[in-house]
Amino acid sequence: MRQLITFIRKEFLHVFRDRKTLLMLFGLPIAQIVLFGFALSNEIKNSRIAITDYSKDAVTEQLISKIASSNYFDIQRTVQSATQLEAAFKKGDIRMAIIFPADFANDLVHTGKATIQVIADASDPNLATTITNYITRLVGDFNTQTALTAGRPLQILPEMQFLYNPELRGAPNFVPGVMALVLMLVCTMMTSVAIVKEKELGTMEILLVSPFKPIYIIISKLTPNLLISVVNLFIILMLSAVFLDLHVKGSILLLTFDSILFILTSLSIGLLLSINAKTQQAAMMGSMMGMMLPTMLLTGFLFPIENMPLPLQVLSNLVPSRWYFIIVKKVMLKGLGITAVWKETLILTGMCLFLFTISLRRFKIRL
Amino acid sequence: MPSSATPPVITTDKLTKRFGHFVAASELTFQVAKGEIFGFLGANGAGKTTAMRMLCGLLKPSSGKATIAGFDVYTQTEKIKRRIGYMSQKFSLYDNLTVSENIRFYGGIYGMNTAAIRTKTAELLEELQLEKEAKTLVSDLPLGWKQKLAFSVSIVHNPDIVFLDEPTGGVDPVTRRQFWDLIYHAADRGVTIFVTTHYMDEAEYCNRVSIMVDGVIAALDSPTRLKQQFGLDNMEDVFYELARNAKRKAD
Repeated sequence: MRQLITFIRKEFLHVFRDRKTLLMLFGLPIAQIVLFGFALSNEIKNSRIAITDYSKDAVTEQLISKIASSNYFDIQRTVQSATQLEAAFKKGDIRMAIIFPADFANDLVHTGKATIQVIADASDPNLATTITNYITRLVGDFNTQTALTAGRPLQILPEMQFLYNPELRGAPNFVPGVMALVLMLVCTMMTSVAIVKEKELGTMEILLVSPFKPIYIIISKLTPNLLISVVNLFIILMLSAVFLDLHVKGSILLLTFDSILFILTSLSIGLLLSINAKTQQAAMMGSMMGMMLPTMLLTGFLFPIENMPLPLQVLSNLVPSRWYFIIVKKVMLKGLGITAVWKETLILTGMCLFLFTISLRRFKIRL
Repeated sequence: MPSSATPPVITTDKLTKRFGHFVAASELTFQVAKGEIFGFLGANGAGKTTAMRMLCGLLKPSSGKATIAGFDVYTQTEKIKRRIGYMSQKFSLYDNLTVSENIRFYGGIYGMNTAAIRTKTAELLEELQLEKEAKTLVSDLPLGWKQKLAFSVSIVHNPDIVFLDEPTGGVDPVTRRQFWDLIYHAADRGVTIFVTTHYMDEAEYCNRVSIMVDGVIAALDSPTRLKQQFGLDNMEDVFYELARNAKRKAD
C-alpha cells in the first residue's frame, strides 16, 4: 500500500510539474465551452427580423409584441413592402421576415385557423433553422395562451421552408458532445503518453525489475487522470450553467457515476494504446487520430446517426462516447433517472470491463 | 577480494534461453561470490542482455538452473526482485522530479518506510556530495552526476546484487573513474556487482570477467589471468581475439 501511495504521489508530481500539459488539460474544456457560449449568444439573440402586418388587428399586435418582448429578435419596423423585404435580405439587414396576410384575423375568427408566412435567410442554414424554430415555439406558446383565455382552440400555423430537427443543433446538444469529446481525448491521451513515457525513459525496465506489481503501475497511472477528468467534468458543468444557462436537470450523482464509468472506459483505451505504441508521439497520434475522429463523427452530436449509412450506424455502436452522449442528454437535459439510462449504462459497463481486462492482460509483466 | 567461505550469490548451471530455433544464450555456467565485481562482456548481439534479463527475473529461461541470492529464477522471481537492484543503459531517473524525490520514489517502491528513506537519502547525498542539490530537478544536473545518482538510487534498498547494464555509456573518462569508485565502495560493503560494459579499461577494474561470444561464455577468469592465457598485453586485445570469430551479426 505504501508502495502504491509513493507511486501515485510521483504521478501527481509529474502532472503538476508539466505546466503546458496542465494548461491544455484544463484549457481545452474551458475554451470550448466559453467560445461556444459567446458565439451562441451573440448570434442567436437579437437577430434582425422584419414583420409585415397586412392584417393589423388585435391578435397580430399581441403576437408581435410577444415576439418583440423575447430577446431573440430585433424587429425592424421600417421594412414593409415586398420589394423592401427583398432588398433588406440582399443587403443582409434582416435574417428573417414574418408576414401576416390581410385575411389573418378573418380566418382566425371564422375558422379558428390562420397562417403566417416566415421567410428566412438560409445562406447560413444553421442560423435560419434556429431562429425559425424560435418563432415556432413563440407561436406555439401564443396558441396555448390564447386558447386558455378565449376558451376555444385557436390555431395559428407558421408556414416555413425549414424543418427544424431538435436533435441536431444548439447548446443543449453541444455541451454533452463537448463532455464526451473532452473526457475521451484527455483520458486516452494522458494515459497512453504517461505509460509510453516510462518505456522511452527506460524507467519501465527498472519498475519491472522491482517488486512493484504491474497492476499497481496501472492503478497509479490511472488515478491522477481519473481525478483530473472528474475535475474537468465539474468545470464543464459549471461553465455550462454559468455561460449557457444549462443546468443539470437530473441527478448529479447519476451523471457523475456514468461519467466516471465513461472516464474509466477511456482510460482503458489509453492503456491499450500505450501497450502498442513505442514512442510518445505514436501514442499521441494514435489517441488523436484514432479517438478524435470516431468520437466527433460517430457520437451523434455533430451529425445525426439516424442519417448515416447503415454500416456507419452499426459502427457507431462500438464508440463508447455514443452511449455516454445519450446518457448525458437524458440525465442532464431531460432530467430522466436510471430507469431511462440503465441500458446505456450497462453497455458502458460492459465496454469498460472488456477493455480494462484486455489491456490488463496485454500489459507485459515480463519485457 | 571475495572470500570463498561464503556461498556464491549467483549460481547458474547450463542456463539456456531459446527464441524459437535461435539460441540466444547457451548453457551458461558460472558462479559469482558475495562482494565480487563481475564483468559481463560481449559484442552486441552476443547474448549479454538475454542472460541478464534471465537473472533479473524478466525473462523465463528455457532450460538449466539458476539461483540468485539463494532464490530460484523459475519459481521465486518475486523474492529475487526484492534482493536485487538494476540500472539500465538508458538513464533511469525522472527528469521532472528533484534529486530527493527520485530517491524517495525508488525507496518507496521497494517498500522502505519514510524514516528509512530519510536516513538513506541523507547518507546518499553526503556520499555523492549532492546535499545542496537535494531540491534540484534531475534535468538540471550534469550527466555525470545523474549517472552517479542513478547508481546510488539502484542500491538504495540495500540489495545483495546490483545489475548494471552498460552504466557508463556516454560519460567522460573522469566521471567514469568516479563512477567506479562508487562501485568499489558498494562492493566493499558486500554488494555483488554484475556489470556489462563495452569499455575495456573498465573490464580491467573487475575482479573477474566473462566474455560471451555467440551465446556461449568463451572465457571466464580474472583480467590478469586472461591476459596471461592469451599472451596479450591488455583486455582490448583479449576481447578482440575472442570476438572476431563471432558468426552472429550485431543487432
